[in-house]
Amino acid sequence: MTGRRIMAGEDVRRATIRISHEIVEKQAGTEGLVLIGIQRRGVPLAHRIAEAILENEGVEVPVGALDITFYRDDLSLVAQQPIVKGTAIGFDLNGRTVVLVDDVLYTGRTIRAAMDALIDFGRPQAIRLAVLVDRGHRELPIRADHVGKNVPTSREEIVKVLLEETDGEDAVEIERSVAVRASGGTVA
Amino acid sequence: MTAEADRPEAASSGPVPWHHRHLLDVDILTAADIDLVMRTTDEMREILARPIPKVPALRGTSVTILFYEASTRTRVSFEVAAKNLSADVVNIAAASSSVSKGESLVDTVRTVEALGADMLVMRHPASGAPYLAAEVFGGSVLNGGDGWHAHPSQALLDLYTLRSRLAGGSLVGRKVVILGDALHSRVARSNIWTLTAMGADLWICGPSTLLRGFEGWAARGAAGRPFTVTSDIDAALRDADVVMALRIQKERMASGLLPSLREYAARYGLTRERLRAAKPDVVVMHPGPMNEGVEIAADVAVDPRSVITAQVTNGVAVRMALLYLLAGTKSGEAGA
Repeated sequence: MTGRRIMAGEDVRRATIRISHEIVEKQAGTEGLVLIGIQRRGVPLAHRIAEAILENEGVEVPVGALDITFYRDDLSLVAQQPIVKGTAIGFDLNGRTVVLVDDVLYTGRTIRAAMDALIDFGRPQAIRLAVLVDRGHRELPIRADHVGKNVPTSREEIVKVLLEETDGEDAVEIERSVAVRASGGTVA
Repeated sequence: MTAEADRPEAASSGPVPWHHRHLLDVDILTAADIDLVMRTTDEMREILARPIPKVPALRGTSVTILFYEASTRTRVSFEVAAKNLSADVVNIAAASSSVSKGESLVDTVRTVEALGADMLVMRHPASGAPYLAAEVFGGSVLNGGDGWHAHPSQALLDLYTLRSRLAGGSLVGRKVVILGDALHSRVARSNIWTLTAMGADLWICGPSTLLRGFEGWAARGAAGRPFTVTSDIDAALRDADVVMALRIQKERMASGLLPSLREYAARYGLTRERLRAAKPDVVVMHPGPMNEGVEIAADVAVDPRSVITAQVTNGVAVRMALLYLLAGTKSGEAGA
């Protein structure tokens, strides 16, 4: 089933470029800046932002990947252990400004887990958050610094981000949930 | 509610989820299960390389380590693995517990459960003892070695070490030699299963008194594939990709199965001289503890071709993976 398309490929591209400008502006340059994408779709998004920064500033910003599975607050509740997709942070985080990148900001629990994980790698000077879509319904006191698009949703809806690298095309869709929420198994 | 339940990708194809509640032997594992253990071990190695090698995945899970036999590396390895995942660990050495007052295995397991254990890692001198424990224990039982029968975490860490060492990461068609006392070895029995399942050309070599019963098994095959049993060490080592030496237990002399340690060392000890027959990049393994100068020469143990230290390090990562995967399967779901 395909849902209602709220962002086309071109919208995703523009939002990513705007976020890259905002990140550099907020940091007043690229000094000490690193990007860390949250598995799975945050990782290609982080690489795209890094490419845009390279194009505009001529600077290569380090990019890492973070899997938050081991830090989830619901591990003891899920039926089966989620399959881990891989963490790769090949640089020191001490004193850096870390921009976490994810596709959708929803309850905020993934970001809470990601921040706990980052602290185990070192003591960043600051942690910021960039997301392609903020759909509301936060359950924790967390907000994004850079947002591609704010999308008012109901809890019954599902926001699907599609990316060329993982899904073959760029788009954001909303669909009505029937069973996903109840099954509790389709979390990542 | 669960975190970020709006992500569809977990439902898509990819590795199959884990569904075993206990790990008593490797013979229950499918190729997909083994692959999942290997992938998860990769993630655990990444954690071990971090400045703080600890994640909260098993916070609130209580792991009891109940060992009825002496052990250093396996027991400590499980303990470190559980602590790296933030589990609470209780260690029971049977010699200093109520077992010495005559408490039965079943009573001990019930007591451990009543004291709050969610997972039980167990070593026992009697083959099959963990199966009995799994019948009465409400959580997950992980076999840390039972009699001559099975040592699943050792076989999986050996497999992981080999896959990361062999070019292409594949065992298909590789000549792997298990050398020594296979008869009394749970390490050999579990390795025979995983190595043949992964497509290795497996050879078991040792004095005929220590290979009794293996010929029939070799012909029938393990994991659907036959293997070779021989007492001819030169034939076994010729062009070998991997040689795994097994520990010779001194008590075997008393039972008349071996004339003397010196004679064993002369005929079957793994020396540099003998290794010349193997491939130049042969991988040398030993599950430990070693009797240097008996089944393996001291210089071979520290040779660049030896992965004995890597086996110990990988042991922690594999056991983290197993504890993590088993902790997800609750009582009442798919068993065994």
